[in-house]
Parts: sequence; C-alpha cells; structure tokens
Amino acid sequence: MADTPLESDLESLHAGDTAADAPDLSSPAAKLKVAMYWAASCGGCEISFLEIHHHLAAFSDAAELVFCPCLVDTKYSDLEATDDRAIDLCLFNGAIRTQENLRMAALLRRKSKILVAYGACASSGGIPGLANTSTLDELMERVYLTTPSTDNSEGVLPRPSTEIAPGVELQLPPLLPTVRSLHKVVEVDYTLPGCPPEGKQVWMVLQAVLAGDLPPPGSLIGAGRSTVCDECALEKRDRRVSRFRRPQEVVPDGETCLLEQGVVCLGPATRSGCEARCPGVNMPCRGCYGAAGADPCGDLGLKMVGVLGSLPEPGDEQEIQSVVDAIPDPVGTLERFALADSRLPQAVGPSSSEGERP
Amino acid sequence: MENPTPHAPRLLGILCHWCSYSAADAAAAARLPLPPGLSTLRVMCTGRIAPELVVEALRRGADGVLVCGCHLGDCHYNSGNHKALGRLRLLARMLADMGMEPGRLRMEWVSAGEAERYAELAHETIAELRELGPLRWPTPQSEKGPSKRHG
Ligand code: SF4
Ligand code: SF4
Ligand code: FES
Repeated sequence: MADTPLESDLESLHAGDTAADAPDLSSPAAKLKVAMYWAASCGGCEISFLEIHHHLAAFSDAAELVFCPCLVDTKYSDLEATDDRAIDLCLFNGAIRTQENLRMAALLRRKSKILVAYGACASSGGIPGLANTSTLDELMERVYLTTPSTDNSEGVLPRPSTEIAPGVELQLPPLLPTVRSLHKVVEVDYTLPGCPPEGKQVWMVLQAVLAGDLPPPGSLIGAGRSTVCDECALEKRDRRVSRFRRPQEVVPDGETCLLEQGVVCLGPATRSGCEARCPGVNMPCRGCYGAAGADPCGDLGLKMVGVLGSLPEPGDEQEIQSVVDAIPDPVGTLERFALADSRLPQAVGPSSSEGERP
Repeated sequence: MENPTPHAPRLLGILCHWCSYSAADAAAAARLPLPPGLSTLRVMCTGRIAPELVVEALRRGADGVLVCGCHLGDCHYNSGNHKALGRLRLLARMLADMGMEPGRLRMEWVSAGEAERYAELAHETIAELRELGPLRWPTPQSEKGPSKRHG
C-alpha cells in the first residue's frame, strides 16, 4: 500500500504538525476560540456536545465557536485565511475517509493549539472504519450496484469530477483506500472517546480546558482507566457459556452479567467512562469507548477473542467450535468501533485463492 | 506470472512446554528432518497464547502459525488447550473475514511421544504455505502514523 495517494499526501502534511500548548486566556476579554468539525461522521458528536445541557450557558460566556459547519456558516476559505494556531481548541469528530477529510485534518491541525480526536470515529475509526473489511472496488460495487435496495441500471458511480455542461465541472472528494482514525494522519493532542462521548465527560473536559488544567499532550481524556465491567453493577459469577445468543434472543435476568447469559458483551475489553450505560439497561456493551488498557497496540477485538474463546464449557473440538461459531459476524461485532485501528489486515479483499489483486 | 525462485515460507510454531515442545525436542534429538523456515516459540501452555501474539507474528513476516498443545483432556493446567481452541477458531474466522487464507493458522494436538507426527505436521504446513504463497498483509499503518498514542 506504499504508494497510495494517502501516503504521499501525508508526507507533505506532516510539515505543519504542531504540539499542544495552553490557550492564553489571561486577558479578561479573551474568549476561548473553539472549532468543531465533522469528517466521516454521523452528526451525533455535535449533538453530544449539547448534552452538557445548562452548562452550555457558562461555556458560551467563556468561549466562542469560530468554526463549525454543522452550526455556523463558516467557509473553508475563512478558515484558511486565519492565522496558524488561531483556534484554541478543535474538537475533531469523524474518521478520515476522503481526501477532503484528510485536507481538513491537516488544516485544522495547523490552525489549532489543541486538537482533540472527539468521539469513536476520530479516536479509532468508529463505524465508518468497518468499511476496511472491503477494498475500495468491492465497496463501490456493493454500495452503488448490488445492494438489494439499489436501482442503478445505468451503473452510475460517483466520480471525482463530472462535467455537467461544457466547461462546468462538479467535484467530489475522492475516497482514500482505507478509513483511518485521526491520529493516523496528523498529530493529535488528546483522545476523547465514545460513540458519542458522554455529556458529563465532555463537560469535565471543557472545564479542564478553561482552567488550563489538561494532562500532558498525548493523553486520553474524558474516559476512565478501568473497564466497563468494572463500572457494571451486574453480578459476575465466573460461569462458562454453553451457547452464545444475539441480544434479541435473550430475556436478560437483569441481575447477572450478560456475557454469562450468553450475550456477547464487550465490557471486559472496553475502557470505562460511560458508567456502563448499556449493560445498565440490559444491552451488551459494543465497545464504543475503545480498547481498555495503556497498551498502544491495544486491540479491542483481539482482546475480546481472548475473552470469548475461553468461555465455552470444556468439551470436544466440535462442541467448542460450535459455541464460538454461533457468534455472528465476529469482525463487525468485536471491532465495531475500532477496526481502522485494529491489528487485523485492512482492505485486503478476498483471499488470493480467488484471484490476484494489486 | 513467472516466479523463478519458489516462495520459501516462514512458519512460526507456538508449542506448549509440557507436550508439544517435548515432541519437538525429541524430533530434533532423533535428527528427524525439520523444514527450514520453521521457528518455534515455547509457551507454558497454549492457554497462554493471546490472540494478539498470533496476529503480531503474521504482521511481522510469518506466513503461517502452527499452534501445538497437549491433547484435549491432557493439558497440564486442565483446560488451557480448550481455551486456546476457542480463541484460535474465533480468530481464524476473523482473519478469514479480513481476507486471510484459512490454511495459515492451524492448531494441532501433539503429545510428548509424538515426535514424528510433529515433524510431519511441520512439513505438511510448510508445504501448504508454499502453495499459498507469501501472506498479503498490508504494511502496518500504525508504524507510519505521525502521532504518539494516548495511554
Ligand atoms: S461483561 Fe458486560 S454485563 Fe458482564 S460485567 Fe462486564 S459489562 Fe457487565
Ligand atoms: S457500555 Fe459500551 S457501548 Fe455502551 S456507552 Fe459504554 S462503552 Fe459505549
Ligand atoms: S499445558 Fe499443554 S496445552 Fe496446556
């Protein structure tokens, strides 16, 4: 993959990387200049920001939103025209899917003192990262041609540029070969995970920013140091599982650990911070806060393989096999929010026995 | 496509101390021919093999991984090999979903007395890997990324 457009683009982008330093709010009139940007994302992160509820009033006294395409009509050209490092805090959500995402990541890096990977997609690829199960060609074919709900008899595919009248061209940002998390393309000062981040955590982080009280750059913020299991009130009895079932096939008893009831819960490998929201309402954790632990190679899905593989009752080979085979779509289930950052091979396509690919 | 030099596969054998490593030891002592390209790693029990370890070997140039442990029921720690089996079968499904050929990850039971079987397994697996050709695994991206990670 050495010569993908992404790789060559990155070389030139890194020149502008800067590290974080605290915004200067010493003058009483100075307001914290905040940007919020969405790359490949769903908009949920912007909404999560509103979950600071009434604190929004206090926050807007101390800060102003200088760039946020979701809420404020600002143009890319306005942003380009501002001084480098003019933005104190940039909350960047969404994964890096297109050339436009990549360009904006580099631009906002240059314009921001503190760049935060906000939410699961920016932190670890999130749901958009699941596209890395396919090559770009497979993805285009599936999405635009072969899904059952698609009627595209002329086989129209999105193109980077289309001439709609003589001399008039419309442009679409080209897709990159793989989806990446923000820290894979620019230097990120802080990671604030969650799909979306919890309002309580967001407010704690904003307070720390306003107080100039952030941990050293490179740190995880707005999340705990433990696991979701640790915050989960359900009772753990260390029982083996004879059959895994999908959440809709089980009526949970509301008392015991969901995993022990045969529901695939990612709590053991997911970092704490959400106060175990999902198991708290009898839904399994899907891992949106990312892999627990300080291991920079921490791979949520692989950690969960370690957990789940050890759960079947000791039996013969077929018995064990049939228990783990009942886990549907292991990549989509166990790497749901973290495939783009995972150690698994990405966007390789069908195995070579089915034909050589570049 | 012309391929003048046939692919020389690299196989990592991960062997449990109590059974399979003894078999490998005995195979070497008996001067049974073992395939070049085979490296071995001894662990106390297959139940100790983190899925990350297997994936890391494949990322770093192994064309395949052969895990050998005590026969089911014979694990020195009772159920380590049952756990390893569940993990590796699940991992194999994920790797297959991401485009890796199933023949590259194999788990077998080899007792201390089965030196010949161990040697045969190693030859057989290497032959299969030769057939499959080099592992197509994208260049690890994280090593190229600019950022320091949180932790
Ligand atoms: S596995 Fe899920 S349900 Fe069980 S203790 Fe952990 S978070 Fe709670
Ligand atoms: S329980 Fe898991 S999926 Fe649910 S909010 Fe917490 S980390 Fe996210
Ligand atoms: S000791 Fe051999 S597999 Fe556990």
